[in-house]
Amino acid sequence: MASPSPKSPEQNEKSKQYDRQLRLWGDHGQAALENGHICLINANALGTEIIKSIVLPGVGSVTIVDEKIVSEEDIDSNFFLEYSSKGSNRASEALRLLLELNPAVQGHAVQEPPDQILTENPEFFKSFSVVIASSLSEKTIQDLSQHLWDLNIPFILCRSVGFLGSLRIQLKEHAIIETHPDNEQVDLRLDVPFQSLADYLNRFDIDSLDLKDHGHIPWIVILYKAIQKWQITNPNSWPMSRKEKNEIRVIIQEFIRKDENGIPINEENFEEALRAVNTALLPTFLPVKIQELIYSSSATNLNKDSSPFWIMCSALRGFIEAEGKGKLPLLGVLPDMTASTEHYIKLQNIYRAQAAMDAEIVYRKVQQIVAQLHCESISETDVKLFCRHTHDLYLIKGSCIATEYQLGGPVAAYISRYLEEPDVMMVHYILLRAAEMFRSEHYRAPGDWEPEGDITKLKICVTKLLSDISCSPFPKDDHIHEMCRYGGAEIHSVSAFLGGCVAHEAIKIVTKQYKPVNNMFIYDGSSTNTATFTF
Amino acid sequence: MSSGETQSVNDYQQRKWQHIRKLLERSGPFCHPDFEPSPEILDFIMSCCKVLIVGAGGLGCELLKDLALMGFRTIHIVDMDTIELSNLNRQFLFRKTDIGLSKSKCAVEFVNKRIPGCKAVAHHCAIQDLDEGFYRQFHIVVCGLDSIVARRWLNGMLMSLLQYNDDRSLDQSSVIPLVDGGTEGFKGNARLILPGMSACIECTLDLYPPQKTFPLCTIANTPRLPEHCVEYVKVIQWAKENPWGATTQLDGDDPQHVAWVLEKAQERAIKHGITNVTYRLTQGVLKNIIPAVASTNAAIAAACATEVFKLATSCCTNMNNYMVLNMADGVYSYTFNAERRPDCVACSNTTRVLELESNATLQTIYDKLCEDQAYLMKSPGITTVINGRNKTLYMASVKSIEERTRDNLKKKITELGLFNGAEILVADVTTPNTITIKLKFDENIDVDMTR
Ligand SMILES: [Zn+2]
Repeated sequence: MASPSPKSPEQNEKSKQYDRQLRLWGDHGQAALENGHICLINANALGTEIIKSIVLPGVGSVTIVDEKIVSEEDIDSNFFLEYSSKGSNRASEALRLLLELNPAVQGHAVQEPPDQILTENPEFFKSFSVVIASSLSEKTIQDLSQHLWDLNIPFILCRSVGFLGSLRIQLKEHAIIETHPDNEQVDLRLDVPFQSLADYLNRFDIDSLDLKDHGHIPWIVILYKAIQKWQITNPNSWPMSRKEKNEIRVIIQEFIRKDENGIPINEENFEEALRAVNTALLPTFLPVKIQELIYSSSATNLNKDSSPFWIMCSALRGFIEAEGKGKLPLLGVLPDMTASTEHYIKLQNIYRAQAAMDAEIVYRKVQQIVAQLHCESISETDVKLFCRHTHDLYLIKGSCIATEYQLGGPVAAYISRYLEEPDVMMVHYILLRAAEMFRSEHYRAPGDWEPEGDITKLKICVTKLLSDISCSPFPKDDHIHEMCRYGGAEIHSVSAFLGGCVAHEAIKIVTKQYKPVNNMFIYDGSSTNTATFTF
Repeated sequence: MSSGETQSVNDYQQRKWQHIRKLLERSGPFCHPDFEPSPEILDFIMSCCKVLIVGAGGLGCELLKDLALMGFRTIHIVDMDTIELSNLNRQFLFRKTDIGLSKSKCAVEFVNKRIPGCKAVAHHCAIQDLDEGFYRQFHIVVCGLDSIVARRWLNGMLMSLLQYNDDRSLDQSSVIPLVDGGTEGFKGNARLILPGMSACIECTLDLYPPQKTFPLCTIANTPRLPEHCVEYVKVIQWAKENPWGATTQLDGDDPQHVAWVLEKAQERAIKHGITNVTYRLTQGVLKNIIPAVASTNAAIAAACATEVFKLATSCCTNMNNYMVLNMADGVYSYTFNAERRPDCVACSNTTRVLELESNATLQTIYDKLCEDQAYLMKSPGITTVINGRNKTLYMASVKSIEERTRDNLKKKITELGLFNGAEILVADVTTPNTITIKLKFDENIDVDMTR
């Protein structure tokens, strides 16, 4: 039998290769990733594990900065170094083996120490989407983080020591339009129906429908009718309390058809209406976090360098204050519900059409602003995407790592508050910082040769950090001892866990989708615990 | 302990394991109470410890690399699949030139080459093709599968290896720990199962979300979503039109099939005013595709590898016993103690009892086995022993037997020779074992249950 020839073209090779991830961030997320350029400083096991999970999904390019020569110890826990790599430059060896993973990715190796780049060629970092570093000295951490803060380049500092790992994200300002919340906001406007919705809802007369159609009415209509009936005895009010919601339920129950014996007929759409009483009666409102965004100075004082996000926020404010009458543009998404195809599609089109009209108004406002500011235009697609997600817009305003390292008043107070809690994750933070301090004083990791002798020395570092934040020394030395036991060892599975996390966060930053860690994440592989702190 | 084997590989090529040695040859304040630091532990990992990795996909590739870099050398890996283009965004041991080749063989070849001294062994077959003797040889099994049925089967296999002493206490030497990882998009979980001692897969079936299905009447009569249109073509239109002849089943991997379904689904969508039927959506519905990304896989596999390392070395206490990881909103993890089900089908070592009314039909039993949270079977085959002879009551997996026994489903169980206290034997794809279930009729609670 001859094969029926398909009309529709098959997917191209790239869509096939990236299919499983395109379902998470879409073609536009992939395009952003392919325009991304990641810089890694130091190709230790943690570093190469990070780059592995960024190269595989197809980032545009990676640059590895590492002047070191591959040692035997380097190869121990690093999959992207071979025995033949010994004696060669670590950046180029790691890069060679990492690029094998995906021929679409461009790569560069820079065989210079980061300090030298910072002094001789500070512009070097300007072109990156994200800079990622580990195993840096205290001083380089502060210089580099301050420099990247000034350049407004996202920076991720990470560590992997023994069973401990950490990642710290430094973002000056990061706006996310597509946050992908688990439960998306529903926006049905039953309390304030727009004209076309009101017309549609009012056309229904539940009691006059035949039984088949009765079972096909969308629950939105049922709920609306129940509220209207309730409002006859409760004029100008909206069911909010538990008692009022129960009254609505009783009215819905009365709508349900009965058989000849007076037994209610099981109608799925009415069951759905009863369940929706709990969730769908929330009055339409403007979320506080969105108010804060649109009235923040970035959105009210635009200039020609303002980002598209702030221009759109400003246009959004214009919409809300005028046409929107205090409400966000309509989301335009109808959840699935029991209904006939005809009813459902009709209702869906009503919501979609109104959402498109709202977005159109916002787009016109964006165009006006762009014309006034003489800045780069913003596409209609981008504005539509923005309007589709206005309920979940999210802004991270970060802090500079150099400031964190100075342990000033607010940082000190924050740390000491967590140190008073029984949970030990902040203790791990102190230990990781103390180990760094130890390294800058003794030029090796605590416990590198043997653990016991370094306990006292590391304790001095811990005590110094604690006194800087006006905390008393730890009552026990156990965590200090454990850090000395690690002796700066890099355990592959700990680096691999953290590597996955760091790569993941870098992808979130580059694609501007999903909320990244804000801003410090600590992992303890021995107790399988994680914690997030916000410095 | 001999380390003779490890010295046979060219010494200069050997990794020196200086990092791991620090953990294994030094004691610390948070070590497991049984832990005694010594070079022999690394020796054990390298020369004696046998680990089985089940699955050579997204998690399996990571696990193989992770364990090989944690000092493990005798690592077996089993996977029946071959490499596809859509694997390459995360299964980092494979290249485009490997497409069509065995996953387990490619993975093993790559890692053995990259890490001299590693002696990974590939098994290109289904897990069901390997017998008790095979599974019994391992110290630890770590599992990175995307199929729940396969995971349940493997769990059942490890449970069947358990042995009990005369006083019904568990023989500890028969316990093979299972570390299990799973991911879906930006979320994942890692867990540790000590067979017979901690919650197993069957104990916690409620942790798996039920597969999303669409009611047939919606698909046929009131389609509303693009998914409904695709599902219609898949379930109804394909069988009606048989575009490649009656013998050709719909194959979600065949681009021509997908294109045909897409075209028909689009026609149906246009007819009903439904939008957004795309190639990606069509394929997603046909193959029930789970989104996957390298980073989540890396993190979950690493968490599993850390637990394997702890099990093999006792260098610190294992997680207790189930970790969920959510990387969609920041990075968040939560570890909790999943509890055993005292009446677990797989790990409880007690006879299961099924309560039902004496006038129930065989269909009632069949439905309970499929729907009850304690069983959730796929297509149970039911037999019993009557007067010392095996009698098949119903079996769907073999066509001729299905036809012969189909009518039994409608019959009352008492007509089939079953009685209060009778035992049925149940077989299913979710377990390698035949499960014995004792029937208990609701009305006669007083009847002697020991017969
Ligand atoms: Zn169990």
